Amino acid sequence: MRFAPAPTASRRFATALSALAALVFLTGGGAGRPAFADTLDDAINGLASSSGEKISASVKQLATLDDPRAIPALDALCDDRLRAGADGRAWIFDSHTHDLKDPLTGAPAPAGARPAKEVELDNDIRRDAQPVLAQLQLASPDKAVRLAAAEELSKAGSDDAAVMLHKAYDKEKDRGVHDALALAVARLDIQSKDAAARLAAVQLLHKSGNDAMLGELQRLLSVGADGQPQEPDAQVRAEAKEALNAVMSRRRMITAVGSVIYGVSLASVLLFAALGLAITFGLLGVINMAHGEMLMLGAYATYAVQTFFQNHLAGAFQYYLVAAVPVAFLVTFAVGVVLERLVIRHLYNRPLETLLATWGISLILIQTVRLIFGAQNVAVANPDWLAGGVELAHGLVLPYNRIGVVVFVVAVSAAVWVLLYRTRLGLNVRAITQNRNMAACVGIPTKRLDAWMFGLGSGIAGLGGVALSQLGNVGPELGQSYIIDSFMVVVLGGVGRLAGAIVSALGLGVINKLIEPAAGAVMGKIVVLGFIILFIQRRPQGLFAIKGRSEA
Amino acid sequence: MLDQGKNLTMIRRYALSSLLLLGASTFGACEKEEAKPAAAPAAPAAPAAPAPAAPPADDKGPIKVGILHSLSGTMAISETSLKDVALMTIDEINEAGGVLGRKLEPVVVDPASNWPLFAEKARDLIQNQHVAVTFGCWTSVSRKSVLPVFEELNGLLFYPVQYEGEESSWNVFYTGAAPNQQAIPAVEYLMSKKGGNAKRWVLLGTDYVYPRTTNKILRYFLHSKGVADDDIMEKYTPFGHSDYQTIVADVKKFAAGKRTAVVSTINGDSNVPFYKELGNQGIKATDIPVVAFSVGEEELRGVDTKPLVGQLAAWNYFESIDNPTNKAFIDKWMAYVKKNNLPGGDKRVTNDPMEATYIGIHMWAQAVAQAHTTNVDAVRQAVGYQHFKGPSGFDITMDAENHHLHKPVFIGEVKADGQFRVVWKTDGPIKAEAWSPYIPDDKGKIANWLYPWACGNCTEAKYK
Amino acid sequence: MRERLLQFHGRRGWVVLAVAAAVLIVLVPLLNSLPRSFPLSVPDYLIPLLGKFLCYGIMAIAMDLVWGYTGILSLGHALFFALGGYGMGMYLMRRMAGEGVYRSNLPDFMVFLDWKQLPWYWHGFQHFGFAVAMLLLVPGLLALVFGWFAFRSRIKGVYLSIVTQALTFAAMLLFFQNATGFGGNNGLTDFKHLLGRSLQSPSTKLALYIASAVALVLTYLLCRFVVTSKLGRVLTAIRDAELKTRFCGYESTHYKVFVWTLSAMLCALAGALYVPQVGIINPSEMQPSNSIELAIWVAVGGRGTLVGPLLGALLLNGAKSYLTAAFPSAWLYVLGGIFVLVTLFLPRGVLGLLTAARKRKAASPDRPVEAERPAPAERGAAPEKATVST
Repeated sequence: MRFAPAPTASRRFATALSALAALVFLTGGGAGRPAFADTLDDAINGLASSSGEKISASVKQLATLDDPRAIPALDALCDDRLRAGADGRAWIFDSHTHDLKDPLTGAPAPAGARPAKEVELDNDIRRDAQPVLAQLQLASPDKAVRLAAAEELSKAGSDDAAVMLHKAYDKEKDRGVHDALALAVARLDIQSKDAAARLAAVQLLHKSGNDAMLGELQRLLSVGADGQPQEPDAQVRAEAKEALNAVMSRRRMITAVGSVIYGVSLASVLLFAALGLAITFGLLGVINMAHGEMLMLGAYATYAVQTFFQNHLAGAFQYYLVAAVPVAFLVTFAVGVVLERLVIRHLYNRPLETLLATWGISLILIQTVRLIFGAQNVAVANPDWLAGGVELAHGLVLPYNRIGVVVFVVAVSAAVWVLLYRTRLGLNVRAITQNRNMAACVGIPTKRLDAWMFGLGSGIAGLGGVALSQLGNVGPELGQSYIIDSFMVVVLGGVGRLAGAIVSALGLGVINKLIEPAAGAVMGKIVVLGFIILFIQRRPQGLFAIKGRSEA
Repeated sequence: MLDQGKNLTMIRRYALSSLLLLGASTFGACEKEEAKPAAAPAAPAAPAAPAPAAPPADDKGPIKVGILHSLSGTMAISETSLKDVALMTIDEINEAGGVLGRKLEPVVVDPASNWPLFAEKARDLIQNQHVAVTFGCWTSVSRKSVLPVFEELNGLLFYPVQYEGEESSWNVFYTGAAPNQQAIPAVEYLMSKKGGNAKRWVLLGTDYVYPRTTNKILRYFLHSKGVADDDIMEKYTPFGHSDYQTIVADVKKFAAGKRTAVVSTINGDSNVPFYKELGNQGIKATDIPVVAFSVGEEELRGVDTKPLVGQLAAWNYFESIDNPTNKAFIDKWMAYVKKNNLPGGDKRVTNDPMEATYIGIHMWAQAVAQAHTTNVDAVRQAVGYQHFKGPSGFDITMDAENHHLHKPVFIGEVKADGQFRVVWKTDGPIKAEAWSPYIPDDKGKIANWLYPWACGNCTEAKYK
Repeated sequence: MRERLLQFHGRRGWVVLAVAAAVLIVLVPLLNSLPRSFPLSVPDYLIPLLGKFLCYGIMAIAMDLVWGYTGILSLGHALFFALGGYGMGMYLMRRMAGEGVYRSNLPDFMVFLDWKQLPWYWHGFQHFGFAVAMLLLVPGLLALVFGWFAFRSRIKGVYLSIVTQALTFAAMLLFFQNATGFGGNNGLTDFKHLLGRSLQSPSTKLALYIASAVALVLTYLLCRFVVTSKLGRVLTAIRDAELKTRFCGYESTHYKVFVWTLSAMLCALAGALYVPQVGIINPSEMQPSNSIELAIWVAVGGRGTLVGPLLGALLLNGAKSYLTAAFPSAWLYVLGGIFVLVTLFLPRGVLGLLTAARKRKAASPDRPVEAERPAPAERGAAPEKATVST
């Protein structure tokens, strides 16, 4: 609380009063909120009002009061966790204990507070509250909190906060937070009356290359309706021009780097879809049109594991993915082996027939899943450690789930490589690929290994399904959207070598993403398909091929 | 080579094939007529379809009502609920005594998200099943492919889904929103202080007629409000598109420095990866608000709502609207779900097209009662006068002039539980504009079926 | 000449063909003109449906030409069907200029896209002759170019199948885009009249049906002519042993390209007849699953017989119509099951089953069953596998 300066006598009286109040607070705090914090209390309770205007007014009041004790209440408000108690006061909903607690003291709410209603707020109120929250959080001892607050303020904030902002900027020791605060200060200073302050702000923007204030820079360089430049000072204009160039060129670089990174993440998805197919086709000569459905089964297995965890193991929910991986692999491995035994086995020298038969199986699988789980898409939630992303540079965010997929696919590819090139099983499989009859003569159980390899290919697709469930929709037709892409990767990469699939997936993903900003998503895909069709004419065996193209 | 044996084979083959040709086709096609296609478990115990004989007399026996919604294929996800709520409404009317003392008998067909099949089934409903009215369609393609059939055979269609306008047919009553009852108010909200004072606009849609036309109207509207083309970015993705990395990055770039809002007409499956990408790239609703026109309670059912919380949708009805009529509607619906053991159980929700279907069926029943016949021409004249207390809490009227409902507009924010919190609404229902006043080509176009205009798409009256 | 005609299928075969043609072309329309109360009368709504099936029959025969007789499994043949359909659709759209919802000279979808004039590739389609020529030539040209490059590079077997699948998929994506100028997702629809006659009138529908039936008979005769000629023998040789055929001096590429292009143009014709009867053409006709279903019609009926695929097309489409109405959730199981069972147990299709049954009946102790002509065998992955001798 702040006191207006008063004559000496009253000031002494006021000091005595506050000492008394402090005593009351320290001793009688358990009875409820302290009396002298009335204004703060009112403002906090006003946050839970049913009138939007009252909430905004309370937020403004809290900004003026500048009391960090309001932080939990404001944070809860922005997070949809504030509740209006039946007693007319504001309470915070604690998601761990599922109970209401006092915004100032944290004590549990009395029975009179229930039932508590949600506070009806909208983005407008949040937009008002967030900068105030950030402003209060600037004084927090936690560096991460200060950094987030500073970034929030660099986006928006009232000009009333200018004084406080400057103070915090001068006081700040930590490098990262200091830079973020500099931007926030620059955002205010760029509109200052003082030309020197504007110049400093523009120089700061030039140095940071941050495009957050691009609009402001452009405004500075523009010409007003009267023909006069918006910015009277020539030096500021010159600086702004250079800053603008710096920002734009940085943007271009980031877009290019971003495209490559997105291309890699797309490639990781393609590779997952294609790796299993490369194994079954390359090593067994079987084109499996039901491969996409293996992806789908893996995704649904993930959904089933998630549901199981939700119902029975709620505490460990964040780790359901870890359990989903082996489950998905085993399920699709089993389905693959059964498929091989029942159908594919009889069609080994008839690849075109295999194509048709496996297409029929894919129809059956899709319909079965539809009947069991419904035609609706099902919700697979990202666990917390996969939500959000890492900001590589301003404007370039790499989501965690995509990083996870890249890491996952690298791990799986490595595992497959080890299996094929460093184990006895792999040796046998490679022998079968090169000369089936001879391998059988030597004593390798060809029929059994066929089933296992088919199962392995399907299992890898199942793992791909786990990855896909984190990225997009899970529905019965999930596989259909990936089957063409998988074929393209395999056909382009050439048959028989793992490296082929990896290289072609990378190439296709990156090319697709590089074309996309210019031509749009669809044209990118069409161009890639056209490229493959043409490439195959020139080099039918694909990029890497160990055997000549057979008469298959 | 050409011995008698071979000849015989050939002959037999041909005889067999001719017979099979005729038989299979006739069988297959006739079966469509005879078979009762209601495979959904919720189909009420209606009498088996009679043999295709002469049309039933107009004043005796049950009144047949056609339901033309996809129960399989991509649109099944959205349309199955409409079929269910239609059956519920028919049950409700029958329990109250039916219409003109006759029970309503639903005839459910499944056009399987296949546009040519929609036209075929529509023809089947009108010509073979002799339905008095049809409630159906969702996508504009399906509506456009059945429109010629309804106009040729003088049938009556009630279309319950928000669409792009630019249409007003003699044979259709539109119970879904036209752009001025959804898109324009949403943009106005985003322009206001409460909506964020947006200065730049991203129009993001799926590549088909509804988003294209809506965005065209919005572009002209924005021009009229002084927004330059430089401040408008328009992008389209195909159905089922799932990789939004580049697009979201572009949106972020476009929004740098100026308050930007996104108007999303992305349809169907693509919404999930889109919102996920928004969340992952750190875009918050307070920074760049996204208002969607095709995301409702039903779409949120299959989705992890975490990345969507705080984002907006514009409709004429939300399940969360708190009034006695809506409560009764929702209670009736949940009871129906329970009684018929519909998949999803108590996770089922109500949404805007369902409310529109409910209102449409009731209005038609009222019109039949008023006209004292099911004859299409008579009923058509009566529908235009109908009022109904809608679950949205307002008194909903059908406009006799352009065959569209007057509807209130609500803007809602997504909550974590998949429901919407209403953040803005109109004072009352607003009249639909079938022809948008913002499109220069539409200037002077009138949709007014009353005398002397008597047309849905003309610039001068038919009768002088 | 008589000899040549007899080569097709003998005198009695011709009689049966004439009977079948008469039934299709004469009897059905007659029955249709009978009043409804007559027990044998063919109802109006059945006519476009039968016409649709006949168009599928044409497509199946064309597919048999490339697959059953030449051994090329194309998984993108529906592309040519769709292109033919689009050609006809463009003609119908140009013809109804001014009658659309927007009363403009441009098709409706161009109006809502805010286009001010027709793109260059739409010019000329208001003339029927030009439209027919283009709808045959464009798919033919596409097939020619694609086939030339593909077969010259010796792409065959599964690789070819996959590449054709990619081709139709890419085309589908292209046509789904509104910017391409073919109506995007909506496609072309709302046709009003053809050659001056309204498309809604029963007489036009009947005329279209008759045209489809005539086209089917002519297609059949044409294909019979091709396969019973020397060219046909070379095709069969290419199917069974391409390498040997090439070493005998036949340039297999030329033969393959010829039959490929012919087949594409026949499919385009089928598409052109299909569209006015169905009333809409949109890019989902190009989706890969349509082409794969086409392959199964041929496989079910019996490859390499020309009649078998026709049979298969009619049987499967009839079953589809019935099942999607009566037991919608069962249809995919039935279709998938057919795929699996036919490839595993009926390599010669239904027709092969009937033929085998007849042969077994005809066999007696002193007249052993002739060695069955083996199914058109595709080569296995290993080149050293011995070829099956005929």
